[in-house]
Amino acid sequence: MNLRPDPTFYPSPKLAMEGPPETLAYTLMLSPDFSQPDGLAVVNVDPNSPDFGKIVHTVIMPNKGDEFHHFGWNACSSALSPLTGHAFLERRYLIIPGMRSSRIYIIDVKGGPTAAKIHKIIEPAEVFAKTGYSRPHTIHCGPEGIYVSTLGGGGKDGTDGPPGIFIMDCQTFDVIGRYEIDRGAQDKHYDFWWNLPRDYMVSSEWALPPQFENGIVPEDLLSNKYGHRMHFWDLRARKNIQTIDLGANHQMALEIRPAHDPVRQYGFCGVVVDTTNLEGSIWTWWRDADGKFQAKKTAIIPPQPANADDLPDLLKGFSAVPPLVTDIDLSLDDKYLYVACWGTGEMHQYDVSDPMKPVLAGKVELGGIVKKTKHPCGKVFGYGPQMVEISRDGKRVYWTNSLYSTWDDQFYPGERGGAMVKADVGANGGLTLDTNFFVEFPKGYRTHQIRLEGGDCSTDSFCYPSV
Amino acid sequence: MSPELLSTTAGLWFAVVASGIYHGVNPGMGWPLAVSAALMERRACALPGALLALAFGHLVAMTVVLLPFALMTVLVDWQTEIRVGAGLIVVALGVWLLFNRRHPRFLARVPPSRLALWSFLVAVAHGAGLMLVPIYLGLCGVVETDAGHRAATALIARTAALSIGVAAVHTGAMITAGGALAFGVYRWLGLRFLSKSWFDLDAIWALSLVLVGAIGVFSAL
Repeated sequence: MNLRPDPTFYPSPKLAMEGPPETLAYTLMLSPDFSQPDGLAVVNVDPNSPDFGKIVHTVIMPNKGDEFHHFGWNACSSALSPLTGHAFLERRYLIIPGMRSSRIYIIDVKGGPTAAKIHKIIEPAEVFAKTGYSRPHTIHCGPEGIYVSTLGGGGKDGTDGPPGIFIMDCQTFDVIGRYEIDRGAQDKHYDFWWNLPRDYMVSSEWALPPQFENGIVPEDLLSNKYGHRMHFWDLRARKNIQTIDLGANHQMALEIRPAHDPVRQYGFCGVVVDTTNLEGSIWTWWRDADGKFQAKKTAIIPPQPANADDLPDLLKGFSAVPPLVTDIDLSLDDKYLYVACWGTGEMHQYDVSDPMKPVLAGKVELGGIVKKTKHPCGKVFGYGPQMVEISRDGKRVYWTNSLYSTWDDQFYPGERGGAMVKADVGANGGLTLDTNFFVEFPKGYRTHQIRLEGGDCSTDSFCYPSV
Repeated sequence: MSPELLSTTAGLWFAVVASGIYHGVNPGMGWPLAVSAALMERRACALPGALLALAFGHLVAMTVVLLPFALMTVLVDWQTEIRVGAGLIVVALGVWLLFNRRHPRFLARVPPSRLALWSFLVAVAHGAGLMLVPIYLGLCGVVETDAGHRAATALIARTAALSIGVAAVHTGAMITAGGALAFGVYRWLGLRFLSKSWFDLDAIWALSLVLVGAIGVFSAL
C-alpha cells in the first residue's frame, strides 16, 4: 500500500494522456498444443533503449494447458473515487486467467522489467466452488474489487448454468463470489465494461464452451447460434436492466468499448461476422434522454473476394474472405477506434469524433488469410492483426496475431508463429507500421493480449470527466 | 489537544470545529464527489447540491451516535462510568481500525446518486461520529457542573439540544472545509490536485480515535 495514490492513477482520461509514455509492454504467450506452459513476456517498448522491441524477461507458469487470452491489473484509475474506498492500492499485479484451465495467476511486476514473478495462484477448484463459473476471461477493477467475466458455467463442458461475472478481493485476491443478482436474459458471456459515475455496465456474448473450445462449429454459426446480444446492467444493484438483440445474423458481439470520458454515455461494440453476407460491423450504443439504451450499426467492413484455392476448408464454399472483426479499441480521447480485421489482415483506424458516423482515417495491411502481407521489415506476419492496444497518449498502437488456439488452426492452418508489432499514429490520423519494431516469440508460442506499463486504453476506468 | 483543553467550554467547542475541518478535508469523506458532480453535470451549481447531500448524511450520522449519549445523561450517578466506557469504545475502535484497514465492501454498493446515504454510512463505518463522543460528553460535563441537579426531563432536553448543536457545528465546519477544497479544485486547482494532495489518513485517523478516546477516559477520572 502507498501513502499517496499510485502515480499511474489518473482522475480523468485527459490527465492519463498527459502522463509519461510507457516503456514496457506485457504480452501473453500461449502454447497452442499445450506442450509447454504458458507465459508472460515483458517487452521493452522504450525507443531510447538498446533493448527496444526485445523481450527482456519472461515469466513461465508451472502448469500446462491454461490457454492465456485476456488479462488485467489489480487496480487502476477507478480507485480515485472516494466511493470505492481503496485509493491507496498499487498498480502492481497482473491478473492472468487461464481460459481453458480456469486457473488464475497473480503476477507481481513491481521492481523493474526483469523482476516480474508469480505472486499467487488460484486453483480452478476455488473458482468452481465459490462461483459455479468456469473459463475466466476479462478483468476490470471497479467499485467492489476485481471483476472477472467468465465464458462457462459449471460442469465439465461449462454448460451447467449460464456463465457470468465474479468478484475477487483487490488486496488478498480471494474469490468472493458471483456478481449477478438478476441476470435477466443473459445466458452467454464475453466482454464487459462500464461507466462508473453513471453506474451502468454493458456486457456482450461470444459463445458457450462447446462452441469454441474445440474450434468454431460451422453449423452453429450458420444457424446463428453464437451470441448476438448486448446486456445493460445497473452496475451497483447488479441487475440486468435491458437486453438489446443486434439480430441473429450478427454473430459474436465481442469487445465493449465505452467512451472513456464518463460524461459521454455511448460506446462501441464489434461484431465478428454477419452470416448473411460475411460483413464485419461496428455498432454504436448509447443511453438516450429517457435512460434507455439504444444500439445501431454504424460501420460495416465488407468481405473480400477470393479464390477457393486460397481459402481454408472452413471458407472454401464462400469464395470470399470475411474481415472477422475480432478486437476493437478506443483511444483515451475517444477520437480513434481501432478495428482488427483478423481474416483479411487489416488494422483499421476510424475517426469516431461523431460516434454515429465512424470515418475511416487510416489503414494498415499485414498478414491475412489470402493477402499474407509482409511486415515492412521483411518478416512474415503470421495470421492477422488481432489483440490491439493503444498507448495512453494515443500515439502508438501495438497488436499481436493469434485469436484462439483452435480457431487459428481452422482459419490459418499450420503453425505461423507469435508476433507483436507497433504502428505510429499521424498527427491528423493515419497509421504507419514501425519498421524497427517486430517482436518474435520463443518457438511454439503464440501471442494474445498486450498490457502497457502504467495502464492503457482498455484497462483504466475514470471517475472524473476530461476538462 | 490536551486534557486541559477538553475541560473548558471554549476548548471543547474548538475541538468540535477542528474535528469537523479534519473530517472535511479528508477526501475519503467525499469532497471529490462534489467536484465530480459539478464536472459531470457541467454546471457549477451541482457542486453545492452534492455538498448539501454529503453534509446531510454526515449530520445524521453524528446525531444518531450522539443522541443515545444525550439520553444517558439521566443516569447522573453513572456519568464517570459512561464517560470512561465511551472513551474506551472510541479507543477500541481506533485500535481495530489501526490493524484492520479494510474499507467495508458494502459501501461500494451504494449508487453514486445516493450521496447522502453514502456519506451517512461512511461516517458511521469509520467512526466519525464516535470521535465526537468524548468531546460531547466533556461538554455535557461542563454544562452539568454549571447547572447543578435539574429535573431529568429538563436535563435530557438540554443535552439532546447540545448533541444536535455539536453535530451541527461539527458538520458545518466539515462541509465548509471540504466545500472550500472542492470549489478550489473545481475552479482553480484542477483534477491533478486531487491525486497529488490525497494522503492515506487511515493510520492517522485511527490514532486520532485512540487519542480522543484516551483523553475522554483520562478527563473523566
